[in-house]
Amino acid sequence: MAQNTRTVPAGTPTNVTQKHNKGGIGESTLRPDGTLKVTGEFAYSSDMWHEDMLWGQTLRSTVAHAEIVSIDISEALALPGVYSVLTYDDLPAEMKNYGLEIQDTPVLAHGRVRHHGEPVALVAADHPETARRAAAKIKIDYRELPLVTDEASALAPDAPLIHEGRDDHHIGHVPHPNIVHRQPIIRGNVEEARKRADVIVEGEYTFGMQDQAFLGPESGLAVPAEDGGVDLYVATQWLHSDLDQIAPVLGLPKEKVRMTLSGVGGAFGGREDISMQIHACLLALATNKPVKIVYNRFESFFGHVHRHPAKLYYEHGATKDGKITHMKCKIVLDGGAYASASPAVVGNASSLSVGPYVIDDVDIEAIALYSNNPPCGAMRGFGAVQACFAYEAQMDKLAAKLGMDPVEFRQLNAMEQGTIMPTGQVVDSPAPVAELLRRVKARPMPPEQQWVTAGEQADVRALPGGLSNTTHGEGVVRGVGYAVGIKNVGFSEGFDDYSTARVRLEVINGEPVAMVHTAMAEVGQGGVTVHAQIARTELGVTQVTIHPADTQVGSAGSTSASRQTYMTGGAVKNTCEKVREAVLEIGRRKFGSYHPAWATAELLLENGKVVTDGGEVLADLADVLEGEAVDQEHEFRHRPTVAFDLVTGQGDGHVQYTFAAHRAVVEVDTELGLVKVIELATAQDVGKALNMLSVVGQIQGGTTQGLGVAVMEEIIVDPKTAKVRNPSFTDYLIPTILDTPTIPVDVLELADPNAPYGLRGLGEAPTLSSTPAVLAAIRNATGLELNKTPVRPEALTGTL
Amino acid sequence: MRVNFTVNGRPQEADDVWEGESLLYVLRERMGLPGSKNACEQGECGSCTVRLDGVPVCSCLVAAGQVEGREVVTVEGLADYSQHREDAHPGGACGTGGCGTSLDSAKKWQAKPADSQTGEAGSDPLALSPIQQAFIDAGAVQCGFCTPGLLIAADELLERQSDPSDQDIREALSGNLCRCTGYEKILDAVRLAAARQGEAV
Repeated sequence: MAQNTRTVPAGTPTNVTQKHNKGGIGESTLRPDGTLKVTGEFAYSSDMWHEDMLWGQTLRSTVAHAEIVSIDISEALALPGVYSVLTYDDLPAEMKNYGLEIQDTPVLAHGRVRHHGEPVALVAADHPETARRAAAKIKIDYRELPLVTDEASALAPDAPLIHEGRDDHHIGHVPHPNIVHRQPIIRGNVEEARKRADVIVEGEYTFGMQDQAFLGPESGLAVPAEDGGVDLYVATQWLHSDLDQIAPVLGLPKEKVRMTLSGVGGAFGGREDISMQIHACLLALATNKPVKIVYNRFESFFGHVHRHPAKLYYEHGATKDGKITHMKCKIVLDGGAYASASPAVVGNASSLSVGPYVIDDVDIEAIALYSNNPPCGAMRGFGAVQACFAYEAQMDKLAAKLGMDPVEFRQLNAMEQGTIMPTGQVVDSPAPVAELLRRVKARPMPPEQQWVTAGEQADVRALPGGLSNTTHGEGVVRGVGYAVGIKNVGFSEGFDDYSTARVRLEVINGEPVAMVHTAMAEVGQGGVTVHAQIARTELGVTQVTIHPADTQVGSAGSTSASRQTYMTGGAVKNTCEKVREAVLEIGRRKFGSYHPAWATAELLLENGKVVTDGGEVLADLADVLEGEAVDQEHEFRHRPTVAFDLVTGQGDGHVQYTFAAHRAVVEVDTELGLVKVIELATAQDVGKALNMLSVVGQIQGGTTQGLGVAVMEEIIVDPKTAKVRNPSFTDYLIPTILDTPTIPVDVLELADPNAPYGLRGLGEAPTLSSTPAVLAAIRNATGLELNKTPVRPEALTGTL
Repeated sequence: MRVNFTVNGRPQEADDVWEGESLLYVLRERMGLPGSKNACEQGECGSCTVRLDGVPVCSCLVAAGQVEGREVVTVEGLADYSQHREDAHPGGACGTGGCGTSLDSAKKWQAKPADSQTGEAGSDPLALSPIQQAFIDAGAVQCGFCTPGLLIAADELLERQSDPSDQDIREALSGNLCRCTGYEKILDAVRLAAARQGEAV
């Protein structure tokens, strides 16, 4: 077989130089990749192409929990066009598992499958259909095992253990080996505080399993290299985390696995875990040919972890003048078969379970289960979403019981700067919770009965049911609901969270050009836009080149937890400052003797020139640098956090908090149980908007994902078989443009003194409060209790 | 089998096409035109929308053999198509809201690669179609995976209805899923393109 030639595959990212783009921070500059994306030239990971490449295919388990008795690959191997079939026995290294925190996830199932859709074997063939047919010819004999599907079956005394012989660092602190992690938080004295309560409300809430449903399928291309290593082009959220998990199972040193980010079609947490990365590399190394894997939508539903479904049990008390006395809650998250991000989700769900309210006396417990359900991990809002759904329903219940306005009740109990969180952490930057609520409430209401047209016919497109023409307005009632939420920004609980940026400044064709090189995953959020804005602001240049993200520069951390503008933006800012110092040092050396200001004044870089803070021009950057290039690479860290105490939950665990509020207006056809959301007004504090166009886009997108889970989105797992019943876009519904209302956005900019430019991470917060606001509006319209997402028609018509 | 058809004005020939291959697969993997996206391959998301003889279709649901002798326009050809819309569709918007592009007029349309050499007015090879530019300007592109399909659908809407209402836009784009934007900026982009086209007339 011919040696691989190391030719560059089609679709390989190249530098993007922005000659015509302008604007520093605070300006709504346009995406540098916008033109490529509207012309179809932007190469996503599924567009990668290499001459002579093969197609990889995964064979996944058809049962949820079983012993693998035997695997027969002979028929698959005999199929013309098939180059390789791999099973667990072919894994090259001693390390055969991977995982974000706990390495409990098999690359290929060994001896046992623990969930429906677990990867069991791999095929490489010359056509994707050949690969699929070959995979279908692999014969697996399963002996099914008893299922663990919920809290009761997981924690029963004789429950089958999903992971026998656990040796991870959580096992010593959990009451049952089928609990991944448990985090209690105890503060004050709930029993004493309860005595002060005039009213007490309890609630049991169920949050369904949501899917990230990013549009670009899991995909990538692995190219074997002459040095025995592999080049991997892939869509991910964190290149270096992938690398840390890929290299050990390939048996390769990290420097022999070179990763480049290819175009990412959305992520929302679903690309934090490994999907096809290792499989493609294994096949490429086994066949010595480039191997491309592209999941179809069906496989995508098995290829990434989902949002944890949850059961939440809450009790709140309040005095008759509307002050919350105490809160007790238990949050049970189903983490599925493998740990993924479950421990961190538990930390978030518990520490943010009180919401943005002042409650001094709390008794909180959050756990994540191991089960035979699909693995769950990161998704936008990460543990805070489930809690917000429950505590906001509780707020409405309390307000109703007290006969108070739900917004005024929330405002009366709203936290603010200086409030102490249940973890004991003092909120030390603005927390405008009451103001956000005030803003969404003060907004004018959308007009009533928008379906009424000048003619005689109703415009059914504006009604619940739309073009199905199910109603002309009779039986349609309107409701209004409010919610507000709190989310942490960045990685918490003592995690060493950092980002790296390399910035190079040089003169090209007489003009200073800055090149920004980071490993940040651009997943659509607009990091590439703001990095250029930051470089222009800090270095006073117009032209900025964005280098493709790869592992040839230090880690940027994950594009998740609303952290990337804070962290990698912070790294670009800091590195630009170092570059500026180095440039000024060159200037002083060359020109210092000509003007005293070089030594005495505060110097800035503006419009390609070195200027004093008084505005006097000292030199052109082009003259300072000449042929010299200044090149710096630095890391940025946010302030340290600590792990929550395992008994009391106390500790300064979070870096920054972020807040959003929503007002939902819905119309419900009470006869058919159909809901149309008319408007989802939102207000959010973003600290400082580096790019308002992107900020608003993030808020509207996050709001829509919250709307989706409120009324339609749920992965349905059959409780009897633990099999996924709706792995397609026909059966798993995400909002269309017809389901999505207008989303007016009101942005506050109250600077956080601890953050770069005062900014506040913003991507996740709108996903929190959107769901409970819609639920509250539907309750308001119908008078029903509705304690489960999504709200299906049968829940509204009583035909469940 | 061999399939002959026209893509973005240029005659193309695909050999060794397996009977089950979709138009989407042939465009992406055989023609080197990956602009049409593969998000669900089930006709649910609209990411692979192309125009087949002027009519927007999900190319994942079209068998490659079905396009024999026909005209396909993908996002890669959208700017050029939009510049030569008069050739393709004389009179522009049809006004009835349902005619699309006729087979005859679609067949008459040809991309003019020579234009990029002559630099004729209105034939700037770098120029985007109004809907493409509007998507960039309105911030309607985030991850961008849904964008090609949305552009084809929105462009076809504006071709037959120059001043659509919000409900018209929602109806026309209801077959295209977007997971990033929340659609508000996509609505903005279509309104913007319509307004700019209105000014240009």
